Amino acid sequence: MPHSTDERRPRDADCAGLAVVGAGPAGLAAAVTAADHGLDVVLLDSAVTPGGQYYRSPPGGLGATRPGALHHGWPVFAELSARLAAHRDSGAIRHLPNHQVWTVERAGDGDWILHAVTGAEGDQRSAVRARRLLLATGAHERQLPFPGWTLPGVVSAAGAQAMLKSGLVLPGRRIVVAGSGPLLQAVALSLTRAGASVPALIEASGYGAYARAPQVLAANPGKMAEGVRHGAALTGAGVRMLTRRAVTDVHGDDRVEAVTVSRVDRRWRPVPGTGREIACDALAVGHGLAPQLELAVAAGCGTRACADGTHAVTLDQQLRTTVPGVWAAGEAGGIGGVELALCEGELAALSVIREMRGGVQRAAARRAVALLRSRRRLRAFSTLMGAVHRPGAGWSEWLTGDTEVCRCEEVTAGRIRTACEEFGAGDTRTVKLLTRAGMGWCQGRTCGFAVRELADAHGSGRGAGEEPDGPDRRPLACPVRLSTLADLAEPA
Amino acid sequence: MRRTHARTPAELVAARPEPEFQLTFDGRPIRGLPGQSIAATLWSAGILTWRTTRVHGRPRGAFCGIGACYDCLATVNGRPNQRACLLPARPGDAITTQEGDGYAALDR
Repeated sequence: MPHSTDERRPRDADCAGLAVVGAGPAGLAAAVTAADHGLDVVLLDSAVTPGGQYYRSPPGGLGATRPGALHHGWPVFAELSARLAAHRDSGAIRHLPNHQVWTVERAGDGDWILHAVTGAEGDQRSAVRARRLLLATGAHERQLPFPGWTLPGVVSAAGAQAMLKSGLVLPGRRIVVAGSGPLLQAVALSLTRAGASVPALIEASGYGAYARAPQVLAANPGKMAEGVRHGAALTGAGVRMLTRRAVTDVHGDDRVEAVTVSRVDRRWRPVPGTGREIACDALAVGHGLAPQLELAVAAGCGTRACADGTHAVTLDQQLRTTVPGVWAAGEAGGIGGVELALCEGELAALSVIREMRGGVQRAAARRAVALLRSRRRLRAFSTLMGAVHRPGAGWSEWLTGDTEVCRCEEVTAGRIRTACEEFGAGDTRTVKLLTRAGMGWCQGRTCGFAVRELADAHGSGRGAGEEPDGPDRRPLACPVRLSTLADLAEPA
Repeated sequence: MRRTHARTPAELVAARPEPEFQLTFDGRPIRGLPGQSIAATLWSAGILTWRTTRVHGRPRGAFCGIGACYDCLATVNGRPNQRACLLPARPGDAITTQEGDGYAALDR
């Protein structure tokens, strides 16, 4: 883009200098930083209130006088919110809440057009134009199927956290937390603080695996201290921490009454005869997070395979994607947590300013150097974290033939195995065409990772020279009405 | 975060909610609070299931809690396929268990 002339283009009510998608930690940090430096920003977010999933808070009607009690680092969010409000009042940021962007397209002049659905019923449409695009689309939780995981009372760990933070509700009174990854500790702590009892936290990996990279740990003393603090708080709350174990069965007729927990080996294969029942009325389960890449893929951005087994947007040091005029920050560029998201959001905004103006002022340049250093350190930690908690190849051995893998289309592990073994499917797409796994409402967001792993395991797989499975492609980032699609064909 | 443990989520955040209202689930009255989603309102009433699946008729409710998985679809005021975890509850809402795709009436 011709940046030198760009600055001279008059401010245009119909075309923002920068569109930021997502008002979570990364998007908020990016939007307020860009506005601080004089850019006109439009901030689109699917939620009604800013904060993303991490800083979810109860709506006003619930009258939470201490919303920070459910959060870590609430003052950081309070400060970002105040800056957002000030920029909104001055007109520097146009904040569009309840705008779910479902696709982006590039206009002939290089501008980006963002198409969103909005309105209380999600049936209104809106299009926003901007010269540059910054994607801070966050993540959703990654799931692995296991026998009984569709029984009511089994909820996603991040989902239990989200329902608690926004609705002040719990799925039960005695909740087992299971899966893998550091989020589980935070979830278990929140649940106990909110009055639930958590008899056990079941982690399939071993925390000892972090010792593989002592130099990364030494560079991140804060992360280590946090782990120790969480461990102590969990013990204090009566939570038993059980590592190298997994939930391999769920019991109950209409809802969860107990779970079976089995030992797993280093490859996450369940060890026969080690199952033990734990009584509970809910199970909160998750296996790390997965970046939401729909819009990045729609914009043509390159992606990379990460140590945790997910795909993320490929970024350079300046947080530029492989497409000129498109930046990304936070979980979209690889799962790394809130501290990294805040750092990257600010850094990406400074990078936008630098590219627009051919440089930044000295103070901003110094700030960028410090942020770059933090980013390198935090990315190293997140890569280690991803490798430690990446599901071991043996997880699928806890599936039975009738375990549902795709919840939407009710496709069992047995049918997927038949597709692979008898019909030669060796990739996600072929499995989907043969079984409908991943074809339902959620478009494979829930089962995608599991289906890919099951297909890969049979590995009859790819033809010569074919790339390994890339990220899932979802041309529509959320379901839209046919009338909305039809309208898109009309010139705006 | 405070180290103390509350008895309920509302106690933890010292909530002083606006007056509650009434809505119904399958005709039975339940109470809702302003700002809560349909799913949160149902969880508050101890209800975890408000849909049966299309193929095997199995019970489902909220799973991902953030609008990504579509497991929590419910019929609200006669409109099927509403994501209960995102849709705010409103006074007088009539929530009904969604059977299958929720369009059985069209097949008759």
